Amino acid sequence: MPLTVPASRRQYIAYALVVGLLFALPLFLSDFRLALVGKYLAFAVAAVGLDLLWGYAGVLSLGHAVFFSLGAYSMAMHMKLQSEALPDFMVWSGLEQLPWFWEPFRHFAFALPMAVVIPAVFAIIIGYPTFRSGIRGVYFSILTQAMALAMSILFIGQQPYTGGTNGVTNFQSLAGISLYKSGMRLGLYLATVVTLVGVVALALWLVKTRTGTVLMAIRDGENRLRFLGYNPVRYKLVTFALSAGIAGLAGALFVPQVGIISPSSMSILPSVEMAIWVAVGGRGTIVGAAAGAVVVNWAKTVFSESLPEAWLYVFGALFIGVVLLFPRGLAGVADQARGLLRKARLRSQDTARQPPPSHDRTVSADAAPDHARLAPQSAEPVTAAARQER
Amino acid sequence: MSLTTAAMQIFNSLSISSVLLMVALGLSITFGIMRVINFAHGEFVMIGAYVTFLTDRLLYDALGGGAWFLVALLAAFMVTAAIGYLTERSLVRFLYGRPFESILATWGLSLILQQLARNVFGASNVEVRTPAWLQGGLALADGIQLPTNRLFIIAVAVLCVAGTYLFLNRTGAGRSMRAVMQNRSMAGAMGINTASVDARTFALGSGLAGIAGCVVSLLGSVGPATGQNWIIDSFMVVVLGGVGSIAGAIAGAVLIGAASPLFEFITTSSMGKVIIFALIVVFLQFRPAGFLVQRTRALEGQH
Repeated sequence: MPLTVPASRRQYIAYALVVGLLFALPLFLSDFRLALVGKYLAFAVAAVGLDLLWGYAGVLSLGHAVFFSLGAYSMAMHMKLQSEALPDFMVWSGLEQLPWFWEPFRHFAFALPMAVVIPAVFAIIIGYPTFRSGIRGVYFSILTQAMALAMSILFIGQQPYTGGTNGVTNFQSLAGISLYKSGMRLGLYLATVVTLVGVVALALWLVKTRTGTVLMAIRDGENRLRFLGYNPVRYKLVTFALSAGIAGLAGALFVPQVGIISPSSMSILPSVEMAIWVAVGGRGTIVGAAAGAVVVNWAKTVFSESLPEAWLYVFGALFIGVVLLFPRGLAGVADQARGLLRKARLRSQDTARQPPPSHDRTVSADAAPDHARLAPQSAEPVTAAARQER
Repeated sequence: MSLTTAAMQIFNSLSISSVLLMVALGLSITFGIMRVINFAHGEFVMIGAYVTFLTDRLLYDALGGGAWFLVALLAAFMVTAAIGYLTERSLVRFLYGRPFESILATWGLSLILQQLARNVFGASNVEVRTPAWLQGGLALADGIQLPTNRLFIIAVAVLCVAGTYLFLNRTGAGRSMRAVMQNRSMAGAMGINTASVDARTFALGSGLAGIAGCVVSLLGSVGPATGQNWIIDSFMVVVLGGVGSIAGAIAGAVLIGAASPLFEFITTSSMGKVIIFALIVVFLQFRPAGFLVQRTRALEGQH
């Protein structure tokens, strides 16, 4: 299996450089640009969570924007209550008292964990019945997509409690600190960077454990895994909840930096966009998914500023192009380039000797299109590995 | 709710079911035969609706008596089927057996088609005139009047379903489609050109969506987002009904078409959607593969 896990020292150095750059960015950027990068990085956090689920367990959720938004709403409720005893939209809808479920969000110490817990619990509520009844693959994707639609309609309809179409906005402070205080933007940005590094590290560790191996086995041959005595439902459920919790955390980081959350952020389009970040970066690569989120959103900003009309064409073409030409995303392109380089070097070194056949095979496996990995036949190596570990 | 409004409600939901059915039928066939999820299917509905709009503008005066609408029906089918054929040849055939990727790629196509519609026809919706012979209604009893345009939609849906059924079961081309659906490699070994069957199936499914788009223009204005209004519900119909089953699609369409206004009436329109989603999840607990499934000994899909 051509899996990109950080193995070489060179890779670690590259990671350290990127992290160092992220920490150094505030020195070069205005507050506005910094908040923009902060937003990209919050998206990157969510992309890492989705990659764990899709890239490793092979479960594509097309409703992840719901989890992201649930986390964002938790934080938005907290920030709203910081400045207004009764949020403005409640006054407009004729509500006279704060609903009971808004009350505890006054406290930051409640709102922050809830930004993770609520999406995770919601994921379990959705995931348990669907995984248990054996709904897999695209059926699950379609169902989660319908969930995203239903949830966004629900949030639009419940104007007195959610702010309706306009969502929740007009924030002044977070945990008692004014959002406009100098250094607050920097603090939020740094918190996002630290979270991203933490989540990436967690994900990279998780996929190297036995659990990670089982997840990949679910992706490559769920039935074989079941015959070996594993219960895929439990693994998928935990991964789904973890992934949803990470998305919620990303939402909580997103909302103070962007300043608004509305139901349009939880509908189908943003959910599918998340999948495209992961696909552009490269499924099953963690770091690639994070990079994909940043690159796609950066491109989106650039195009929306210069050619807003053309953006949807570019975006649509990106969907198609990635799938047809680079099924393994940016990470795949890097691997392919590396494979070609290695091949060229081998050829120049070993002109006299016979090139070892094993090398050739690794190279071609690296360059193999992605669907080969998803096909059931390719289950052999992983399940074999899983068996060995038992 | 008085009895007459209830009757009207049921009748209206039947016409919605009919549109859902025509959209879902194409989805169900294409997914059943090539394991490809076509998220641009809604945009084929939109194209069908815009073709109707164009026919209205071009032929309304030339063809008196509203005959232009029948031309539009045919044109909507032909144009969307042709675009569907081209889509299959240029994009979808590279996505066989890669359902996740097919979602992303066809989603991208749907974005492009929507933006194209926005650039060509403008962002605001356009109106299609209802021909005279589809205006008015059929008075059944005191206060119960069935609008002719909705009766027409139901009739078109019935014809489409019957036509698809006969095509799949009574013609050689339809039989080879079913053969490929049931066992691709065996069908190929028997001399069926599976690649050409795929393209034709996709064209047929797209054409059905085009017809749906044509009749949808009778219900309201036509805009770049027209297809988006139908696609998710149609997917729910396919999930409920079972892939590749006409009878299942009918049952799913009638259920979803009837349940939506019912729950939206009992609760609010936003809660209605949530309740329906929850009910679908509960239903799938008992029938994970939908109402009607092709019985097979394969553990997973054979593709």
